[in-house]
Amino acid sequence: MSLTKAILDLRAILGKENVVTAKEDLLCYSFDATAGMPEHLPDVLVTPLSVKQVAEVVKVANRYKLPVYPRGSGTNLSGGTVPIRGGIVLSLLKMNKILEVDPENFVAIVQPGVIIQTLNTTVAAYGLIYPPDPGSMATATMGGSVAECSGGLRGLKYGVTRDYVMGLEVVLANGDVVRFGGKTVKNVTAYDMVRLFTGSEGTLGIITEIIVRLIPAPEARKTMLASFKDLTSAGNSILGIIQSKVIPATMEIMDRVTMETVENHAHVGLPTGAEAILLVEVDGIPEVVRREAATVRKVITRNGGTVKAAADDRERDQLWAARRAALPALAQKRPTTILEDATVPRSKITDMLLAIQDIGRRYKLTIGAFGHAGDGNLHPTILTDARDSEEMERVHQAVDEIFKAALAMGGTLSGEHGIGMAKARYLPWEFGEKGVQLLQKIKEALDPGCILNPGKLIPRGEGQV
Amino acid sequence: MSHYHDLSAVEEQITSCMRCGNCQAACPYYRETGSESSVARGRIRLARAVLTGELKYTPALAERFECLTCYACNATCPCGVKIDKVLLAARAAMVREGGTPALKKLMAIALKNQRLLDLGFKTTARAKGLFLKPHPAGGLSPRFPLGLELRRVVPPLSPKPFRGQVRESVPVPGAGKKVAFFTGCLNNYVYPSTSHAVVEALTKSNVSVLIPREQHCCGAPLVINGVIDVAEEMARSHVDLFSGLGIDALVVACGTCGESFKRKYVDLLDGAPGYANRARELAAKTYDIGDFVCNVAPFDRKRLREVAMKVTYHEPCHLGRGLGVTAEPVEIIRSIPGLDFIPLKEPNRCCGNAGSFSFTHYDVSYNILKRKLTDVAGTGAETVITGCGACRMQLEDGIAQEGLGKKVFHTAEILALALR
Ligand SMILES: Cc1cc2nc3c(=O)[nH]c(=O)nc-3n(C[C@H](O)[C@H](O)[C@H](O)COP(=O)(O)OP(=O)(O)OC[C@H]3O[C@@H](n4cnc5c(N)ncnc54)[C@H](O)[C@@H]3O)c2cc1C
Ligand code: SF4
Ligand code: SF4
Repeated sequence: MSLTKAILDLRAILGKENVVTAKEDLLCYSFDATAGMPEHLPDVLVTPLSVKQVAEVVKVANRYKLPVYPRGSGTNLSGGTVPIRGGIVLSLLKMNKILEVDPENFVAIVQPGVIIQTLNTTVAAYGLIYPPDPGSMATATMGGSVAECSGGLRGLKYGVTRDYVMGLEVVLANGDVVRFGGKTVKNVTAYDMVRLFTGSEGTLGIITEIIVRLIPAPEARKTMLASFKDLTSAGNSILGIIQSKVIPATMEIMDRVTMETVENHAHVGLPTGAEAILLVEVDGIPEVVRREAATVRKVITRNGGTVKAAADDRERDQLWAARRAALPALAQKRPTTILEDATVPRSKITDMLLAIQDIGRRYKLTIGAFGHAGDGNLHPTILTDARDSEEMERVHQAVDEIFKAALAMGGTLSGEHGIGMAKARYLPWEFGEKGVQLLQKIKEALDPGCILNPGKLIPRGEGQV
Repeated sequence: MSHYHDLSAVEEQITSCMRCGNCQAACPYYRETGSESSVARGRIRLARAVLTGELKYTPALAERFECLTCYACNATCPCGVKIDKVLLAARAAMVREGGTPALKKLMAIALKNQRLLDLGFKTTARAKGLFLKPHPAGGLSPRFPLGLELRRVVPPLSPKPFRGQVRESVPVPGAGKKVAFFTGCLNNYVYPSTSHAVVEALTKSNVSVLIPREQHCCGAPLVINGVIDVAEEMARSHVDLFSGLGIDALVVACGTCGESFKRKYVDLLDGAPGYANRARELAAKTYDIGDFVCNVAPFDRKRLREVAMKVTYHEPCHLGRGLGVTAEPVEIIRSIPGLDFIPLKEPNRCCGNAGSFSFTHYDVSYNILKRKLTDVAGTGAETVITGCGACRMQLEDGIAQEGLGKKVFHTAEILALALR
């Protein structure tokens, strides 16, 4: 059996303890945080300790034609780590060292298994932050978040993961190790390979080292909760705030369905009865924060909203807890939670919110919408029951319509969760046939044997031309 | 049927896990292993597999359900999944399917038969010169491998257990309340000074104390390891013993024991004729000593003398997250004049002891302990106060091995000291 041989080879490279084949363990790697995805058992789980070992594992995979599924903490929301064709799950969790914090260049160098929060705690000692802050930052790895190009709650002002990745070390599909980028702010040497691999979802190479940019921590912040009687005033406020030249760190929205669910679930004192709420946080130099907070307040009041500012850290934490409770609360309401990630230009946020409401009505579905409103990145969340095939049929149609609506407004299929398995079939809608062919050519060039995360991102052919 | 008798009782808990992985950040066990099969998300999946028949009992599967039982995952789960119930139910299911493993069997016999345990401990105490050699830092280390790691420091056993040292009734004339004190194993056999302190703190708070000699292990180590039938017998015997005493309260000095009376007996005896109601009544009367002297029979603050000591407080998992007693021990510490209290960064992070888990997974347990000791060292405190004998044993082990030269006391001991 070639699998038996492959496992022996892997043991020789990694030692017995880092090669796991017990079904009791493998079952725990057959899924990730994505709801409604098929599960699949891997044949073996490996946990390399060095880039050399990663390269050796990839060579074994080539030798025995086994797929390789890179995995961080398995918190992605697009089925990205499900080993849908079996083979090897390659966990990067034991490559978890912060190799360097360079306070002179505002740079840190990390291994992929470092948890985002750990990096932030470490650089806080230097008065610095690593801004990308997905809701999962206490669990998600740097490798996984670079591979997904994760966004987060502060994306509006600070951008997303790709804006902070300066250099990468990558193990390619043939086991070669390459490095791109570095500590310099400027770098136009050849193609921008760093960006190619950032967001590549483990389909082009395995990231083994990451150089990231850091920025000074903001000195002050002010958090406000605004409630609105209708979606349009909430949407107008979002635009109004930015048009008055204030860019909040965070501008999160929750619609009525989400809010009521959160309130029922967590009793955090959200204003039920409102049609939408915004959670706005401005940060920076204290005087500027004061001025910006006043502007935000003015714009919201002008649009008929009411504002409540957090008086202290405890109240701020409460507001944030409410925001973080959004998804879990929605997930409790029905057995299946389909979370989407459609994103539109900011100016279209009201249209998109209304479109989602309309789609919910037409397909008789409960859809909660919340998300990073300032980025136009909404998370329409359909509450349903996978066991009800008639309802699921309507769910699929509604999802199709949500994507169509987003694309028609000049938006995109995914703002931050990635394509993975969940959205692969929609790719032609956004890229067109020629665009998808280009993606396939890139995949083919970098991974001709299609061993890296097969079944994800690229539809059907998966790179095999 | 409770979750101890039927895994399907936790089906709803299993389905409400949304697989977000948030529990990873809280789980001390996962932090050491990085394995999905040692964190709630993965193990809930395994429990589902047992429920659907996808996986059958194997020793390896049973082992996957073992952990610190520290409830940190429960506290962090955004979906409110009662993960402890899932794990305990799965462990019980494993024992039902696969029988009790040898080590656990031994433990079950010893714990069930109080006389045997007394004998066992006494024999060991008498024969300790043979098996144990004094450790330079105090305490004893085994001379021969006794199934534990060699480096583990075992505290000296009391030559005479606490319950053999005191009368069964310690009345206070004109007492406001009458309570029974459930000592628990460690406070009886290893730390009688804690038990003495509990009685002292209670009597000085105008409370009469009964210490029934027939009490025995609460059974928590068995429930935690899935050995339900024996635990159930022990629950019955305690309900019989304590229900008939006409007491206002049952006081414990250990979160784990407290949980047995407050929750486990109620579930174990759910629907048991003649027992279910009495178990519930007893549960409603059960208090940790810290809770009791703060909220029920308040200790006399004016009587507190100065105790000059730099201290910190470690919150036992089963006392804090288990019984919800978090503020009271700190309140006691803060009320004692002269105590310089420096909180830990993470007071409620597990110390790694977790009973028998620390024997079977010594390295993991010790690594978790080391993180706790780093936190302790960071405070500069010379004394660690805690509310649990098992935590104390663990902390003392690490302090001795790392040569930190710190002392550990139970909250009740510090209070008694200040009341003297
Ligand atoms: C509660 C919750 C909140 C979330 N909030 C946000 C949010 O606000 N914004 C957001 O963008 N996302 C969010 N996410 C999604 C998810 O947390 C992020 O995508 C996260 O960055 C994934 O990190 P991970 O370590 O879990 O990666 P994994 O899930 O393990 O992997 C993600 C992908 O990256 C690949 N991969 C992993 N490591 C490597 C590597 N070293 N080299 C190459 N490929 C690799 C995998 O194959 C997979 O395709 C959230 C998820 C949850 C559960
Ligand atoms: S935190 Fe709760 S819901 Fe999330 S994976 Fe863990 S057990 Fe499941
Ligand atoms: S009880 Fe503690 S050790 Fe066990 S799974 Fe939960 S957090 Fe981890």
